[in-house]
Amino acid sequence: MKREFPMLITVIAGLGYLLFYFIPHWPFNLIGEMFQSWVIVISAFAILLGVGSLIKVHGDRISRKTEGWPYSIILLSGVFITAILGIWKGVDVGTPFDYIFRYFYSPMGSTMFSLLAFFIASAAFRAFRAQSREATMLLVAAFFVMLGRVPIGELIWEGFPKIASWLMNFPTTAGQRAIMIGAALGVVSTSIKILIGIDKSYLGGD
Amino acid sequence: MYDRIKCTILAVIIGFLLFSISFAYAGSNQISLKSSREIARVTPGNKSVAPVENATIPAMPSLFPGTLPIQPNEPVSSSITPSPVTAENTPSVVETVTSITSSAEQTVTPAISSPERTETTSESTPGTEEPSVSSPLPASTAVATPGTAETKPKEEATGEKKIDTRWFKTERTNMLVAIVLLSGFIVYFIFSAQRGTELFVRRIAGLSALDDAVGRATEMGKAVLYIPGIMDMDDIQTLAGLSILSYVAQKTAEYDTPIMVPTSRSLVMSTAQEVVKESYMRAGRPDAFRPDNIRYLTDDQFGFVAGVDGIMVRDEPAANFYMGCFYAESLILAETGHSTGAIQMAGTAMPSQLPFFVAACDYTLMGEELYAASAYLSRDPQQLGSLKGRICVRLLSYSVYYWDVYLKLQVLHLLFISLILNNGGLSII
Repeated sequence: MKREFPMLITVIAGLGYLLFYFIPHWPFNLIGEMFQSWVIVISAFAILLGVGSLIKVHGDRISRKTEGWPYSIILLSGVFITAILGIWKGVDVGTPFDYIFRYFYSPMGSTMFSLLAFFIASAAFRAFRAQSREATMLLVAAFFVMLGRVPIGELIWEGFPKIASWLMNFPTTAGQRAIMIGAALGVVSTSIKILIGIDKSYLGGD
Repeated sequence: MYDRIKCTILAVIIGFLLFSISFAYAGSNQISLKSSREIARVTPGNKSVAPVENATIPAMPSLFPGTLPIQPNEPVSSSITPSPVTAENTPSVVETVTSITSSAEQTVTPAISSPERTETTSESTPGTEEPSVSSPLPASTAVATPGTAETKPKEEATGEKKIDTRWFKTERTNMLVAIVLLSGFIVYFIFSAQRGTELFVRRIAGLSALDDAVGRATEMGKAVLYIPGIMDMDDIQTLAGLSILSYVAQKTAEYDTPIMVPTSRSLVMSTAQEVVKESYMRAGRPDAFRPDNIRYLTDDQFGFVAGVDGIMVRDEPAANFYMGCFYAESLILAETGHSTGAIQMAGTAMPSQLPFFVAACDYTLMGEELYAASAYLSRDPQQLGSLKGRICVRLLSYSVYYWDVYLKLQVLHLLFISLILNNGGLSII
């Protein structure tokens, strides 16, 4: 029953959503709404679950004084200070919570995102090495696309933007569509497998 | 088989119970909506009519990833002039409730998901997509605002609210046909697999190399890092990622290699813990299971990246798996993993992130290969049957698509010929 009960919930919720998707008439239009409300409640409790896990893992590190334990103190302090200030003073503009968001959280997120520029350069360097026929084709295509997408490319030769557009509109789009059609069918068939109970691997089974 | 029949019967019974509850719940809402409308009708233009709170319909979710849910309407000014129903905004089967004269009626939401809303989210800039990871709600709910912005002016202009009373959304017929067709093929191939028909599935390099990657980690005495994407359990890619996790965890249990699963969502963490625990039990090593190795980091996209990068740099896992839904963080993760010298395998159905994984990882599962993984790895006849069914529908889809392209080309060709003939024959060439 430990596995059957979650499967039952999956089947019922899945069928409910399926009916909601195809039948707009009352009362089916309210099924989705009802499930959505439940999801919100479950998500709220799930946040507690995540925070609990965070406290347990880092609390253990601090108590055992494992390598890098002072960082765990910083992390837990951050979690508690932000939460307490948010609850106590609110989250409006000008509050301490807003200050933390603007001057700690956002810059740190931006820093991580900006790393992407450097990683793109290093990945492109590896990908464009002409070691095989396919890599050479990729290199040539990238050469035209990159030159076609910058103003200096058009200054050098007017044909660069046209070639770049053709490469992006036809071969690239064709490849992307093939992947998207396959992925969409994969989504539907996986959903059907889960609905009829063939795929139980998300419950830890085969 | 017996279990499944038992399970299905139970599902039907509980389903009926659940729907009964929903009918009762819906019935109470319907009554309050109706009464509020009646109040509004008897006092047209009377602003003192109090809005009925329970007549408000909250945001409705979307069924498929990437589509926007239906958003509740915000109260519209009561000075809106009622206007007649027009043919373009009211399908023949959609009942128009009434023109709005009071705020009580303005909370009624049409239950139609417009195609424009779906397109709003389907467009994306490669590498720069950022899911609304800061919200505890599913991504589909968190990005609902643009869709509302599109629909609200039209509703405000006409001053009408509609309730869809159809028993079937005809605009979704093609989806129903696809589902029926796919289900038919899947059931057929499952039965043929059960009858003992040998089903051939081509070798998928990325999945065949899973054992090698875990073996390499074992030889090096290092851990395996597994990331099931950054989205929640409502994303089917996350489920596919957890399916592969089940297999990888079983292998790590057999080889006595630690596995680390940092997650970006608490629900995913909880599910991943169960999956890994079950896998360790299946391998006969429940004592080796460490629940703390499957841990939640943060919901924030780049906060999660920072946490995972830290794990990679500190612990230097020998094998990294990225299986699930990824956005702009894909390349940051994969490149950091590459710099630590780990063997890397990725799988995603996000077309915009695939090039990054192909460039930075040793093996990549592209699109549908991610969904085929559970069937490929388990070799279960039922799963293989469903995989075969999907392949058949895919072939059918491609045939229809290319036939459509061929027909369009033929039409263009005929147009070209007619242009030539109308412009003095071949002299224009």
